[in-house]
Amino acid sequence: MKILVAVKRVIDYNVQIRVKEDGSGVVTDNVKMSTNPPDDNAIEEAVKIKESGKASEVVAVSVGEEKAQETVRKALAVGADRGILVKADGIIEPLAVSKILQKVVEKEKPDLVFMGKQAIDDDCNQTGQMLAALLNWPQATFASKIEVKDKSLEVTREIDEGLETIEVNVPAIVTCDLRLNEPRYASLPNIMKAKKKPIEQITASDLGVDTKPRIEQIKVEEPPKRKAGIKVASVEELVQKLKNEAKVI
Amino acid sequence: MSVLLIAEHNNKEFKPFTLNAISAASQINEDVHVLVLGSNSDSVAKSISEVPNVKKVIHINNPLYENYLAENYTSAIIKLANGYSHIICSANTFGKNLMPRIAALLDVSQISDITKVVSNDTYVRPIYAGNAFATVKSADKIKCITIRPTSFDPAPTSGGSAEIQNGNPGDTFDLSKFIKKEEIKSDRPELGTARVVISGGRGMQSGENFKLITAVADKLNAAIGASRAAVDAGYITNDHQVGQTGKVVVPDLYIAVGISGAIQHLAGMKESKVIVAINKDGEAPIFSIADYGLEADLFDALPKFLEELNKLNTIQK
Repeated sequence: MKILVAVKRVIDYNVQIRVKEDGSGVVTDNVKMSTNPPDDNAIEEAVKIKESGKASEVVAVSVGEEKAQETVRKALAVGADRGILVKADGIIEPLAVSKILQKVVEKEKPDLVFMGKQAIDDDCNQTGQMLAALLNWPQATFASKIEVKDKSLEVTREIDEGLETIEVNVPAIVTCDLRLNEPRYASLPNIMKAKKKPIEQITASDLGVDTKPRIEQIKVEEPPKRKAGIKVASVEELVQKLKNEAKVI
Repeated sequence: MSVLLIAEHNNKEFKPFTLNAISAASQINEDVHVLVLGSNSDSVAKSISEVPNVKKVIHINNPLYENYLAENYTSAIIKLANGYSHIICSANTFGKNLMPRIAALLDVSQISDITKVVSNDTYVRPIYAGNAFATVKSADKIKCITIRPTSFDPAPTSGGSAEIQNGNPGDTFDLSKFIKKEEIKSDRPELGTARVVISGGRGMQSGENFKLITAVADKLNAAIGASRAAVDAGYITNDHQVGQTGKVVVPDLYIAVGISGAIQHLAGMKESKVIVAINKDGEAPIFSIADYGLEADLFDALPKFLEELNKLNTIQK
């Protein structure tokens, strides 16, 4: 079995986001970038399945600018066998990413495609489901447990009401929740080894995919600031304020 | 052209957020049609037809839709899509799972999780866990949109009498199968819609200690929330998680206990009307957004808080 894992380079989750003064977006220059957190869970799960002997190869793919190569390299350092970088500049909407991944899937013929359930930059939560639609494959989104069976997967999904378990035929798309596993850190020898692993570079236009955005971003603004509150000295004061000032209890 | 809204339900009754989605839909276009895909789901179609904002209910009643599987739902929706200018559902796990599958097949770039309708093609949506808000305009012929339920008031539930029209099921592909659902039952108000929410964080130190939170929640008729740290530590189940990767809540009163205030948690609660923080670390980021901060050991403060609440003659429910 072969597993393709899609990874995205995003602003590190610990960075405090700053909106550009001209409202054209958020500041990304000189800002620490990392792998989108649930994509780390996706790689981890693929590598674990390979280690259990149920998969033969794990291929990491990223769509983005040249520097997204670092994100692919990180996936190689935690156990992916080889990488693919599809170069595309500017905002690439999930629909375009899923069309690119569709082409990669047609070429690589994986049995499973894993990725994070959502990217923490645009918070779209679309790419996996879109790719599943384009391929007419089943989708198991927000996965917190994956059991590999003969020709199917049994997946436990995190839903609003609790947990749901579904079975999907292979080939399938799985989008991963942060609860799926605990991603490992890359060891120094593995980081060195990853430098020798191959990364194939292609462009979105090589694949014949138009990445022009369909959605016009008119402006990006900071959220309205909450006015500073007060510190109360005691529980008695807190209850009194909630009752008589805020009138919420 | 009309707006098609996909109802979320359990074949007996519709889920409350369907009403929030209906109000968002009627802000876009008053001609709102609601699609009910279900099995033995007549009562759902009937109760939705009574929502005054709804102009027509399309009911597709087939055993195929007994459980919600995106693959089956999508093929039925696609058959109806071309008669509509917008397709809408809630941005909860139901809609997040479903809408992109519809959008991709229609070759539409979806707009997720909108918090405001500016015009019928322009919307506001949070990005970066609500640390920025983008105003975006769709150029697609059909617009596929998910709405953040807590940003729209629920539509009224009675007074309407929309026509109920039966529709045809879509193709089946047999790609996936429902096995089971483990719903967590509770007598408390639902986290997403409760008037008061009290949440515990890592500072609770154990699942056992959540009984201090439970006691206050009982008194205030509050829902119980938690930070990701508390969920990951196993103190409480994940359906209680408030934050970017959990639920977004907008109660009248949010009480954060032993929660430091990581960006990911704030994304899920900072729109609450009144925020209270109880934390022994006076430097905790949660205090920067709290209307009332109490720097105290929660193990002293929570029992005292309950004691003070017990002294009050009346408490809003």
